[in-house]
Amino acid sequence: MTTSTPTPVLEARNVTMRFGGLTAVRSVDFTVNSGEIVGLIGPNGAGKTTFFNCLTGLYVPTEGTVSYKGTVLPPKPHLVTQAGIARTFQNIRLFANMTVLENVLVGRHTRTKEGLWSALLRGPGFKKAEKASEERAMELLEFIGLAHKRDHLSRNLPYGEQRKLEIARAMASEPGLLLLDEPTAGMNPQETRATEDLVFAIRDKGIAVLLIEHDMRFVFNLSDRVAVLVQGEKLVEGTSEVVQADERVIAAYLGEPFEGDPGQAEAAEVEAAEAAADAASTTSTKGEGQ
Amino acid sequence: MTDLTKTTTAPEPGLIPLPAAAARALTLVGGIATAASAFLAWTWTSEFPGDLTITGYPGGLQWLTFTGGLLITLFALSGYGIRGLGWLLPAGNNGPTVLTALGAFGTTWFTVIAIAVNLDGLVNLEPGAYVAAVASLLAVIGAFALPAGADETHNAKAAFAAGLRKGGIPSNTRIVIATFKGLAAYIGKPDRIPAPGALAPWVERAVITVVTAVGLGVFTYGIDTEYGELFIGYLILVVFAMWALHSAGLTDRFSRLVAHHRGFTLAMGFAAAIAFPFTQTDDHYANIGVNILIFGTVALGLNIVVGLAGLLDLGYVAFLGVGAYTAALVSGSEFSRFSGVQFPFWAAALSGAAASLIFGVLIGAPTLRLRGDYLAIVTLGFGEIFRIAVNNMDGVSGPDITNGPNGIPSIPDLDFFGFKFGEAHDIGGFTLGRFANYYLLMVLIMAIVVLVYTRAADSRIGRSWIAIREDETAATAMGINGFRVKLIAFALGASLAGLAGTVSAHVTYSVVPTPYQFAGSTPPNSAFLLAAVVLGGMGTVAGPLLGAALLYLLPEKLVFLQDKSLLAFGIALIILMRFRPEGIIANRRNQLEFHETGQLDVPDTETLADDPAVTKAGA
Repeated sequence: MTTSTPTPVLEARNVTMRFGGLTAVRSVDFTVNSGEIVGLIGPNGAGKTTFFNCLTGLYVPTEGTVSYKGTVLPPKPHLVTQAGIARTFQNIRLFANMTVLENVLVGRHTRTKEGLWSALLRGPGFKKAEKASEERAMELLEFIGLAHKRDHLSRNLPYGEQRKLEIARAMASEPGLLLLDEPTAGMNPQETRATEDLVFAIRDKGIAVLLIEHDMRFVFNLSDRVAVLVQGEKLVEGTSEVVQADERVIAAYLGEPFEGDPGQAEAAEVEAAEAAADAASTTSTKGEGQ
Repeated sequence: MTDLTKTTTAPEPGLIPLPAAAARALTLVGGIATAASAFLAWTWTSEFPGDLTITGYPGGLQWLTFTGGLLITLFALSGYGIRGLGWLLPAGNNGPTVLTALGAFGTTWFTVIAIAVNLDGLVNLEPGAYVAAVASLLAVIGAFALPAGADETHNAKAAFAAGLRKGGIPSNTRIVIATFKGLAAYIGKPDRIPAPGALAPWVERAVITVVTAVGLGVFTYGIDTEYGELFIGYLILVVFAMWALHSAGLTDRFSRLVAHHRGFTLAMGFAAAIAFPFTQTDDHYANIGVNILIFGTVALGLNIVVGLAGLLDLGYVAFLGVGAYTAALVSGSEFSRFSGVQFPFWAAALSGAAASLIFGVLIGAPTLRLRGDYLAIVTLGFGEIFRIAVNNMDGVSGPDITNGPNGIPSIPDLDFFGFKFGEAHDIGGFTLGRFANYYLLMVLIMAIVVLVYTRAADSRIGRSWIAIREDETAATAMGINGFRVKLIAFALGASLAGLAGTVSAHVTYSVVPTPYQFAGSTPPNSAFLLAAVVLGGMGTVAGPLLGAALLYLLPEKLVFLQDKSLLAFGIALIILMRFRPEGIIANRRNQLEFHETGQLDVPDTETLADDPAVTKAGA
């Protein structure tokens, strides 16, 4: 899965974000290596999206630095994208009144140079660049399977395809790291399965992926490593097994066991039943997927 | 064509209960009679403008009635399935017939009432006027008795009937709603308009040429209307006729043709624009033409800022002012601060554009960090600052640059390599007066602005403007430097307005601060410019030009409205925004309806690709 010599793509050092008296993110150290899929989970309000916004330059961290491939990122979203980090949004933020193709072409913005003068003069360089951009965008649309809808307005796409298009738009900026903010929110099991395959395919293109997600099965299936953020602090980080087994994580999600705790036996029984149900549904979705 | 009308096996009867055959005949007879009535005398005295007294020769408003009657006749004949007229009603709906009948009825009755009111009494009407009134009424009755053929009438009637059954007598509101729905069923555009059969490219070009020529004719007629009544009658007829063409689906077909021959249409449009002064005998109308062009050019510049980049600029007219003042200062006028300096026009135009650009960047740099409403208010403030500053730079309250409220008068006419703009020239038997000269110059500038607009819109920078308009946060996350891109839009829009301003200074002989305000009753001012863009259709080329033409002509022609014209515009804008929020001319994006239904369950393009083959028989 991971490359033999993991080189860090993204390094967040001691990132702290305060809004007035509220500390949303507290000295988080975080690394994503090349070729890795890393999951970021945590209960609602744990500061995941705030941390994301610190990474992408939408927020300027109160303390700490974020660096991409060894260079510290300036806290400006367009410069972060320029450097090679692209993102999607938790609530889809496509350019609703642009066509599917135009959305992806906007994603190509940082990788093209043509300014106003070249647009007005329409030299051969302009035409070449437009053609190249369009070809690249069409490749991406083929990749996510939306090529046949290139001239549709993005607001008219069904929900799942809008999510996909947002990913294609982010990939158009040729990133080294893709940040996905809840890519499966609102999706049915089949669509989630498809997204899983898509994320693996993206990783196979050599793009590291960092994802925030609430769908635990999705996260643990995909991620090489999972980090848990609770109340702005990184609680645990490790492989899926390590995180799933960690009592603090369970406590953060479900609360501390209280005094009149149900017996160990009952708890085990419930767990077993859940596992069985999980297994059943997984196989069924797999069946449908294939 | 015919098979389509027959597919509705049991057509819904119209609002007026008459057999369909009788309705059709009545409409046709009404149409012919309306057209014929234009040849009768409508009044006994030539006091009413246009001289409607001569039997056998229509005058003034009677021509409009004649045209209306002719249109009704054409649509009614097409409804009969006469060969060669099928293309008029591709969807086989009766909406166009109803609308043209309403248009002719409106024009005719307006004329008759205007005669009676202007000359104090019905006695002034000759029998011909009564014939015209009755004939046009007959056409309307006949048209409303035609089967509507849309589901909505059915629904409306069902609701009406249900109301009857439930409550005995339906409440007034219910009747009103049902009536409105019935009306909407008549005048609405059918959802599916069969795609036209393939035409040879030269035929398509010929169609575009003919439409452009007719458009020029109609537009010229509107500009040349000599009195308010004629203009109102013209407006009524044109609005209903355009609406009829729209509901017949002909405008959609035409815009498809335009999309195929974009360059050719643009060339034809400019050819028509150049042809305009040659059709004029009175330089006064060329003056209206040049002012419309100046107004339209500035509106097109504003369209970059508002329509593409989505920045609401309420002080845009200041850039026109900067251009005009710059040109006036270097024009060699003896009242200019630099009276010794006289730039050739190209240099004056460039310096006007450059000055506006600098002004735009100066205003934009601090304000473009704001979004939405805040930006609008700040630009409004800067616009007013310009006017007040210019008003005070008279050497008393401030430095002596602009001569204060007196402005800079007696700006000399342009001189292009010996071609004096101030003098009339004879070209091929046509006399081009002073304003016609400036008109042709403005057509050239308009061509430049249209080129800049279309090229900028369809490029990387244009896409980033639209992205910023759609969602600024997402756009910056895609690597767009929002501030920089917005500043470019602002500066480009400003310099285009400045360019138009340089010509306007020469056309009007003088520049004074008063026109460069936020709102007033005559264009150009910021509110009118914005209204032209919104009314015509944001993000299109033709829209702001059409909006500018309308907003310039209305106060010019309807002098009697005076101060109430603003009220009338307000009401017109509200109505338009309610029923057609995309403006008169819809954006290309809205035309993607060709591919989509606007709903989430969008059919794939593969299924649509088959459509033309299926419905080809329709045309």
